[in-house]
Amino acid sequence: FTKRRLDDAALEELEDLLITSDLGVSVASKLTQSLARERFGKEISAEDVRGVLAGYLTEILAPVAKPLTIDPAHRPHVILMAGVNGAGKTTTIGKLAQQFREQGKSVMLAAGDTFRAAAVEQLQVWGERTGCPVVTTRLGGDAAGLAFEAMTRAKAENVDVLMIDTAGRLQNRTELMEELAKIVRVIRKQDETAPHDALIVLDASTGQNAINQVKVFSEVAQLTGIVMTKLDGSAKGGVLVAAAEQFGLPIHAVGVGEGVEDLRPFDAEIFARTLVGLEVEDAA
Amino acid sequence: MFESLSDRLSGVFDKLKKRGALSESDVSAAMREVRVALLEADVALPVVKDFIKQVSGKAVGHNVLKSVTPGQQVIKIVHDELIAMLGGSADQEPPASSETLSLIGVPPVAVLMVGLQGSGKTTSTAKIAKRLTEKDRKRVLMASLDTRRPAAQEQLQVLGEQIGVKTLPIIKGQMATDIAKRAMDAARLQGFDVVMLDTAGRMHVDAALMAEVIAVRDRVQPVETLLVADALTGQDAVTVAKAFDDQVGITGVVLSRMDGDGRGGAALSMRAVTGKPIRLIGTGEKPDAIEPFHATRIAGRILGM
Ligand SMILES: Nc1nc2c(ncn2[C@@H]2O[C@H](COP(=O)(O)OP(=O)(O)OP(=O)(O)O)[C@@H](O)[C@H]2O)c(=O)[nH]1
Ligand SMILES: Nc1nc2c(ncn2[C@@H]2O[C@H](COP(=O)(O)OP(=O)(O)OP(=O)(O)O)[C@@H](O)[C@H]2O)c(=O)[nH]1
Ligand SMILES: [K+]
Ligand SMILES: [Mg+2]
Ligand SMILES: [Mg+2]
Repeated sequence: FTKRRLDDAALEELEDLLITSDLGVSVASKLTQSLARERFGKEISAEDVRGVLAGYLTEILAPVAKPLTIDPAHRPHVILMAGVNGAGKTTTIGKLAQQFREQGKSVMLAAGDTFRAAAVEQLQVWGERTGCPVVTTRLGGDAAGLAFEAMTRAKAENVDVLMIDTAGRLQNRTELMEELAKIVRVIRKQDETAPHDALIVLDASTGQNAINQVKVFSEVAQLTGIVMTKLDGSAKGGVLVAAAEQFGLPIHAVGVGEGVEDLRPFDAEIFARTLVGLEVEDAA
Repeated sequence: MFESLSDRLSGVFDKLKKRGALSESDVSAAMREVRVALLEADVALPVVKDFIKQVSGKAVGHNVLKSVTPGQQVIKIVHDELIAMLGGSADQEPPASSETLSLIGVPPVAVLMVGLQGSGKTTSTAKIAKRLTEKDRKRVLMASLDTRRPAAQEQLQVLGEQIGVKTLPIIKGQMATDIAKRAMDAARLQGFDVVMLDTAGRMHVDAALMAEVIAVRDRVQPVETLLVADALTGQDAVTVAKAFDDQVGITGVVLSRMDGDGRGGAALSMRAVTGKPIRLIGTGEKPDAIEPFHATRIAGRILGM
């Protein structure tokens, strides 16, 4: 626990640490400068410096750490899942379905990815695993039409939660983003307060492009929250810090594996400590 | 979005009117901007540092040509060095498709596709199979060794039907290594040239899953082991590429989702840390959306040119 003076070299090391966690250059340098203002020239251990940084990060993240809650007044409470290809939308739907089922809720899933090969079958497996009916249409079918049908069925069957899966799409592909906007419009035709949650799924390994993903998906689908997946690898997901500052969207949950139980609430302090490389007590 | 390097450098060099040779302080002022530009393009920090060291050495003392500004001169030096690090030369043409993969060996030869979850392995498997079938007149068999993700084997089967490439019949409950062996045996008996082996997504930190793919590799002795990685990957690109190369041994990289608006810095990171070439890039979801890697284009994109 040797102490060392917080000098330019030490600050550069810290900035580097934040950059390698994907915080981005501007957030990393802003945080390092705050640290410099407060502690420059003072003797401080490496552990303590990281603690202070984790404190700053927790302050930024704590206001957006909010669990996903189902409003029983909505019948159904509609959750739309969106995001770029392969981020983990379908898997996250399966994991959330499990959690809602454990809370005693009835859940229906809609296989709105009518494009990718075997995307419907993938969601059907999750439906079987979690005991939820799955509304489907054929490959190449109309995604908005399917969403409309799912809304009708979910209302008729009086389910608590309807989760609508969508095909992965990159935010710069305007024709695909227009299709997403159409899905939202069709949902609103049946319930103008829906979707009650429009979630973007972000892959922790994604770099600075994630910020643009949140921006564009927000414009098109009026996002209400974020889920980050794949935090069981070595990627730290530091873009969430910049996302929290720029958009203030709630971060609901994080994915830590491929299994049905591998979804955790987003904990600002654990996340912040991991970002700066500090030990965290096992939450599991 | 982020500023391009030329925008950044124009600020630095506005103050600088003189011609002649680039001084050390000119170069270090410019390199601060280059560092930020590369980091914003998601080039991994250790790679950025090496790059800057290398390019600074070349730039200091460089004569600024009459026809250009010092800023343009630095951009040219940076651009050329990026192209070289990406494995190209400024006037390189995309290689013909038969040159993108090296399939030399007694047929059937195996191509093993590996990578993180959701990186684009299954889609890229089908794209490459289609390309080899149509452009190179190879007889290709595809097999999915993904026994874990729901409907993963069905996904490859559907893609096979869409592109007219045979897939190994699915037998549920079989282990990855056994499927690999069955694929090689079937290909031998039925006279296929190439067996494309799609594998389950895995984290490089998951020892059990890494052991599984190593066992497959040992069984089939692939002529190519391709790491499929997302072009939108951030700083983790170096860790992932190095881990897959150290543990499994890769022969090249396929970068998926280059149709996104990411800057593609992961290409430089992965190339720099493994020394293995980027072979192909994915440019869409459809089976035709794959192209040879072109160093010049990616270098320009990283710099926002
Ligand atoms: N290790 C790990 N893998 C995950 C996690 N979440 C999802 N995955 C895996 O990531 C891959 C992609 O997940 P999907 O749920 O199919 O992603 P998607 O966004 O629906 O993909 P598309 O529909 O093709 O755009 C699958 O192999 C999942 O098992 C996670 O938190 N950790
Ligand atoms: N836009 C775009 N999408 C792509 C590209 N390559 C793959 N995809 C999409 O990315 C998603 C994931 O692709 P897969 O091929 O299923 O990925 P994978 O690595 O096999 O995933 P797992 O088997 O779950 O680990 C799918 O939605 C694909 O359509 C590409 O080059 N561009
Ligand atoms: K991904
Ligand atoms: Mg999906
Ligand atoms: Mg796959």
